[in-house]
Amino acid sequence: MLFELFKTFFLIGAFSFGGGYGMLPLIQQEVVISHQWLTMHQFSDILAIAEVTPGPVAINTATFVGYKMAGVFGSAAATLGVIVPSFIIILCLAGVVLRNKDNKYFQSAFMGLRPVVVALVVGAALLIGRDTLAGWKDLIMLGAGLLIMLKTNWHPVLVVLLFGVLGIFIF
Amino acid sequence: MTEKTALGRCLKLFWTFFIIGLCTFGGGFAMIPLIEREVVQRYKWITSEEFIDMIAVTQAAPGTIAGNSAVFVGYRLAGISGAAGSLLGVTMPSFLIILILAVFLTQQGEHEMLQKFFAGVRPAVVALILGAGLKMGKKSIKASTDIIIGAAALLLLIFSGIHPIVLIIAGAAAGLSIQRFSARKQKEAG
Repeated sequence: MLFELFKTFFLIGAFSFGGGYGMLPLIQQEVVISHQWLTMHQFSDILAIAEVTPGPVAINTATFVGYKMAGVFGSAAATLGVIVPSFIIILCLAGVVLRNKDNKYFQSAFMGLRPVVVALVVGAALLIGRDTLAGWKDLIMLGAGLLIMLKTNWHPVLVVLLFGVLGIFIF
Repeated sequence: MTEKTALGRCLKLFWTFFIIGLCTFGGGFAMIPLIEREVVQRYKWITSEEFIDMIAVTQAAPGTIAGNSAVFVGYRLAGISGAAGSLLGVTMPSFLIILILAVFLTQQGEHEMLQKFFAGVRPAVVALILGAGLKMGKKSIKASTDIIIGAAALLLLIFSGIHPIVLIIAGAAAGLSIQRFSARKQKEAG
């Protein structure tokens, strides 16, 4: 069982692109449909938990499923499984990128990449906002948060906690 | 990094990424403003251009953005042991919190006050990510071609649902062709 958990989450870690919510379809396929370790209802509960706890959805799911199937050792096996591919793949890629950073072709490829990355980050914010925000209270809080982010030097954690406490009074 | 021994660097990375992992709600992109704050602004371990290059790599590769970024920064600063330290650091908070929740999880619904707290957190998270994106743009978008590439990527991402990896590869191809084009122009002029 421990090896099966490790192997399944290793595959999820190695083959799901896009991070975060981009990994969900594969996790769902493996955990709910192929292995039937969780029901669809339990899976959506984990997503709700993942949203209100820190950390990546994939790691949260791995820990939870592992614990449910095989206790503390199960969650360790599943969690290790999901992070080991990152370790191997990024070490190889980082080695290549850092060694070649003065290469002319690498530099011009990254020149083209940078605006795309900016677009990906801005786009992620817009897409998340479209799916999770509704109503004028959310929009006012979004505007205030953006002002704080651009005009002050407050720590992001402070902003999150402050807005959470505000939420208790506003909503 | 100012730490002299490998173990010291490893522990410093572990602790920094432990805090980042502990404080990120929503995973993935929500982690970017925090990593930028700690790694670029506070400790100045990497430049903001390197940070953007790192996001490109971590986005194009499989796996969680959080784990990928931790490995990249850790490796860049302190080799393989640094990568291991940061990866464990960023994973540990989720692991412990979910373990505790899984042990005590009951069927009852979430507390109402907690739900309101998170209703307030949601717009803050969107604002933080948007702000981080805009700040990055201010630093890295300089030429008119940058504006065109960025705008095209943003429109494609939002309206066509195209996969980010395709956009990243297309961006690299655009960079290479712009360079070839301007090199040829220089040749003709000279």
